[in-house]
Amino acid sequence: MGSTITEKILASHCGKKVVKAGEFIEPKIDISLSNDVTAPIAIKEYLKTNTKKVFDKNKIVFVMDHFTPNKDINSAENVKFVREFAKKEKILHYYEGGNVGVEHALLPEKGIVVPGDIVVGADSHTCTYGALGAFATGVGSTDIGASMSTGKIWLKVPQTIKFVYKGKLNKWVSGKDLILYTIGKIGVDGALYQAMEFTGEVINKLNMNDRFTMANMAIEAGGKSGIFHVDKKTIDYVSKRALRKFKIFESDKDAEYVDTIEINCSEIYPQVSVPFLPSNAKSVKSLKKTYIDQVVIGSCTNGRIEDLRIAASIMKNKKVHKDVRTLIIPATPQVYSDALKEGLLKIFMDAGAIVSAPTCGPCLGGHMGILASGEKCVATTNRNFVGRMGHVKSELFLANPAVAATSAIKGYIADPNELNNGAKK
Amino acid sequence: MILKGFVHKYGANVNTDEIIPARYLNTSEPKELAKYCMEDIDKDFVKNVKAGDIIVADRNFGCGSSREHAPIAIKAAGISAVIAKSFARIFFRNAINIGLPILESEEAVDAIEKGDKIEIDLANGLIKNLTKKQNYKAQPFPEFMQKLIKFGGLLPYIKGTKTGGK
Repeated sequence: MGSTITEKILASHCGKKVVKAGEFIEPKIDISLSNDVTAPIAIKEYLKTNTKKVFDKNKIVFVMDHFTPNKDINSAENVKFVREFAKKEKILHYYEGGNVGVEHALLPEKGIVVPGDIVVGADSHTCTYGALGAFATGVGSTDIGASMSTGKIWLKVPQTIKFVYKGKLNKWVSGKDLILYTIGKIGVDGALYQAMEFTGEVINKLNMNDRFTMANMAIEAGGKSGIFHVDKKTIDYVSKRALRKFKIFESDKDAEYVDTIEINCSEIYPQVSVPFLPSNAKSVKSLKKTYIDQVVIGSCTNGRIEDLRIAASIMKNKKVHKDVRTLIIPATPQVYSDALKEGLLKIFMDAGAIVSAPTCGPCLGGHMGILASGEKCVATTNRNFVGRMGHVKSELFLANPAVAATSAIKGYIADPNELNNGAKK
Repeated sequence: MILKGFVHKYGANVNTDEIIPARYLNTSEPKELAKYCMEDIDKDFVKNVKAGDIIVADRNFGCGSSREHAPIAIKAAGISAVIAKSFARIFFRNAINIGLPILESEEAVDAIEKGDKIEIDLANGLIKNLTKKQNYKAQPFPEFMQKLIKFGGLLPYIKGTKTGGK
């Protein structure tokens, strides 16, 4: 019996020829990541280990992205604490201020994560890097504190569910719709403790942006990781960015899967996950007219340049509805700069949208766009739990950038196919 | 170790945003976090909870974010253990790592009701319902996890096994 890509990456990091699902291992890690919310606890735990210095100053990454630009005094103190530790330990990858972007958009863009890596992050959306053919998983702050000392992590080798995406994508259907549909099919704990391996003819055609979006939301199905195979698109993306050499792993033909799920993409229409779980995915066509107060386009899920291009193609020469606050949050400074150069920011501003600095901000109800009781919002983010973006009586609808942009213009949750402006995907 | 307390009961998919909303994540002080524990799912929790009490919940407890603030808040609020049909994996790690006892038991969750007084024998995974006079069994932990639990969490484990760095 052969091995999956996930088993091979894990085995290669603990000096074993083979590891099998269910086995407990303590592999070496390539990157240990934390942010302004989780790093302060991680550092305090690390300090308790009485280690003289961190295991590798080039493999620890701190990204101050959640409550930045600092929203209050406590947040500012937390960032100061992390900054001082990073300076003292000469941490290479410390990001704050004009360098900072939303962590899971920033790390691939900077070439910090490469194929074949093991990445652990004290942030649940660390699974995003699976798009690069890496094993990446969210852990807690104590895990990160310990990993900064040992350079290792404890893990149970996950079983893998293989997803095979067949058919053709309908207009305006993106990686976001595929993953929302998939979570809708298997539920928010449908892949609990398991790796989700995304394969099939549709996946082979997806661009890297769509792959990042899908891997990003593996956690919303309870998954330990989401992973894609490395192909020409991955190599093209990585080769101009990678800071390190990388190794490509792939699943054997006779690898063992706990389940194989086939998805016929021709049946998928743009999806909207209605409150209060990401698994409440429905076709946008099936929703009754729902008026909204806010739209957010951004986040580690859908805040990259490709997402902004789609939104701009819809908002060009149009105005957002007078009752809809529309926030555009480029995920990184590079995305911001590219959007400026391409004229996208002008399109957004002319449409009456707000363009914000890169931050996680409203996605987790931090700042920069919090909802009042009874308010409804369409967001390209990843979670629509009770109170996620503000008041417990606010409501959040998850969608792709095209649905979000169309809804901003119409004033209600709307299908981009309703627009007849010749906008092309 | 024997734990004893009254039950606070919840449904499936209790998420970390409900356990401790992000608006309170600008601190990691356990006592401060405990003040807002469960606020978005049960606003009376903090008022009603007594030291030693036990949370019992359905599937996928602690889903969502990786915030360790969630098990920290629960522990600091006085909760001695959480019993669920299953746990979301990052919450599971965090609870084991910080030494918050957690148990998985379908039968216990189905039978136990809000306000029941229960007793947990952690070493043997036995749950006794003192109100209903019933006994339930929890899933045993794999050997590796038992070792972590025995050390009292991840930091004592890495110190104890000297897998620490230079």
